[in-house]
Amino acid sequence: MQPSRSETQQASWEHFPHQADIGVRGIGVTKEAAFEQAGLAMTAVITDVDSVTPAQSVSIVCEAPDAELLLVDWLNALVYEMATRKMLFGRFAVHFSDHSLHATAWGEPVDVARHQPAVEVKGATYTELSVKQDNQGRWIAQCVVDV
Amino acid sequence: MDLNLLKRRGPDEWHISPHGKMRVPGVIYATESLIREMDEKVYEQVVNVATLPGIVQASYAMPDAHWGYGFPIGGVAAFDPDLGGVVSAGGVGFDISCGVRALRTGLTVEDLQPVKEQLAEALFHRIPAGVGSTGTLHLDRREMDAMLSGGAKWAVGKGYGLHEDLEFIEEHGCMAGAKPENVSDHAKKRQQDEMGTLGSGNHYLEVQQVVTVFDAEAAAVFGVREGDLVVSIHCGSRGLGHQIGTEFLKSMAVSAGRHHIELPDRELACAPINSEVGQEYLGAMRAAINCALANRQIITHLVREVFADVLPEAVLSLLYDVSHNTCKVEEHVINGTPTRLFVHRKGATRAFGPGHSDIPQSLRAVGQPVLIGGTMGTASYVLVGTEESMSLAFGSACHGAGRSMSRHQALRQWHGREVVKDLAGRGILIRSPSMRGIAEEAPGAYKDVSEVVDAADDAGLARKVARLEPLVCVKG
Repeated sequence: MQPSRSETQQASWEHFPHQADIGVRGIGVTKEAAFEQAGLAMTAVITDVDSVTPAQSVSIVCEAPDAELLLVDWLNALVYEMATRKMLFGRFAVHFSDHSLHATAWGEPVDVARHQPAVEVKGATYTELSVKQDNQGRWIAQCVVDV
Repeated sequence: MDLNLLKRRGPDEWHISPHGKMRVPGVIYATESLIREMDEKVYEQVVNVATLPGIVQASYAMPDAHWGYGFPIGGVAAFDPDLGGVVSAGGVGFDISCGVRALRTGLTVEDLQPVKEQLAEALFHRIPAGVGSTGTLHLDRREMDAMLSGGAKWAVGKGYGLHEDLEFIEEHGCMAGAKPENVSDHAKKRQQDEMGTLGSGNHYLEVQQVVTVFDAEAAAVFGVREGDLVVSIHCGSRGLGHQIGTEFLKSMAVSAGRHHIELPDRELACAPINSEVGQEYLGAMRAAINCALANRQIITHLVREVFADVLPEAVLSLLYDVSHNTCKVEEHVINGTPTRLFVHRKGATRAFGPGHSDIPQSLRAVGQPVLIGGTMGTASYVLVGTEESMSLAFGSACHGAGRSMSRHQALRQWHGREVVKDLAGRGILIRSPSMRGIAEEAPGAYKDVSEVVDAADDAGLARKVARLEPLVCVKG
């Protein structure tokens, strides 16, 4: 595990190694925060999160039978929005109701010179997929993304 | 990987005896040193694939195998539909029909030298690469469906390339059985502006020189000589394939229980070939194969345009085009009986031996060209399928070097600008929109492609024909 950086003491994200690709992990006191942080971890695969200005917002809704599949759906919804809108996102707000997720993602169009995007994320995978609480009660949401 | 887990059956052949729920043995083709370096996850994944319904003969891993999604990358497995065999979205991968195409140029290294910088710049400007890039072609719904049914053949019909190119593409440039109606609106939307784009990550476009010929006979048939200038293109089905992979992984994971399939790993999500989900996926996956073939065909056309401007004496002709993330219906002899099988190659190249009817007539006597991509600082290889290969792993070989280091680790070890400078010092011009991308793709982050290729050659999976080294590399 290679901690990359922390947002605050309560919520943070990090990457973990996978031989061909990269793992994204969001950590937070709530499941919502962990999902938001996982979104940031995925942006950080592509570019420096701080370089993304939250200028425009996009609404995202997804639904899945369990929390793990919902995490994959959430990240894949972001992959889809990034790919079709040619945008990067640097801020997220996530809310759950039953088996669905309602979120807002803030970001801006890709600026190749400024963002220096390293790689495109093809999709979130079920590898190392888990959404759970650790022994300190913090929520951890993680999976490997294919790049 | 722990050698004690395996039984050595030859210098480059290692077996895993069936145990637990395995239906067939596992077989890994690699040298002892490659096996030692291989992740334990490869063992786990080879074993898991061997538990899937309807698997035939063995669950195979190629010399470049590494930890993948459900299936190892470098995994080969064939399923019999009459034995309840399955098709797996993870067994094909996200970048459906990702592959390598090589073009002869009719020129030599000497012809390139005076215009090398100019050619590098022109290729970089003409071929869209990297995150957020779009092609000049926008496909409406009707054209999208025509492309998904027609593949490279559709592209040629639209004026991208030549009719004679099609002969040297697997499936003659058009995968039969594609069902554009099985491809979601999301997948189509992701692709509508991405035709003729290279993508990012390990994808590339290279101008290479043939530095060594190992097999003069096969090289003569393939039309390559030492000193020749060659162009190689490595890319796949772009956003469309990624979206299809994503969607079917979920629907197969959700429907597995309904099909009474026990998944040791959710990523192994699969469905019986003879099921609704299985058939839907096959139709969509074949459409994605066509998307990849059309994409490489359009890029070929753009490369020809650039050469026409910079090196007008060049004549770019197709050596071959291989796909290394596929599931294809093939006939193989099982226990003396020709059997129709669904062969999954995830990060593995088809490597049919001499005489096979799917090989172009002019190459058939020697076997199918097998194109192995390397890194921007090392080498790529042309191999040829062997007769032996057909019985070793359903006519399959390795596909590339495979990473030895995570992206994160590479980023801490190298700076993009230094990598570019270092390679320029060795006569390799790199062009990329992202310096961070270059650092993550540094040659040192990959395994030694030569060792992988030697292992494939020693194991008899394919025979070395020529070694190609990069002179110009466009990275996404």
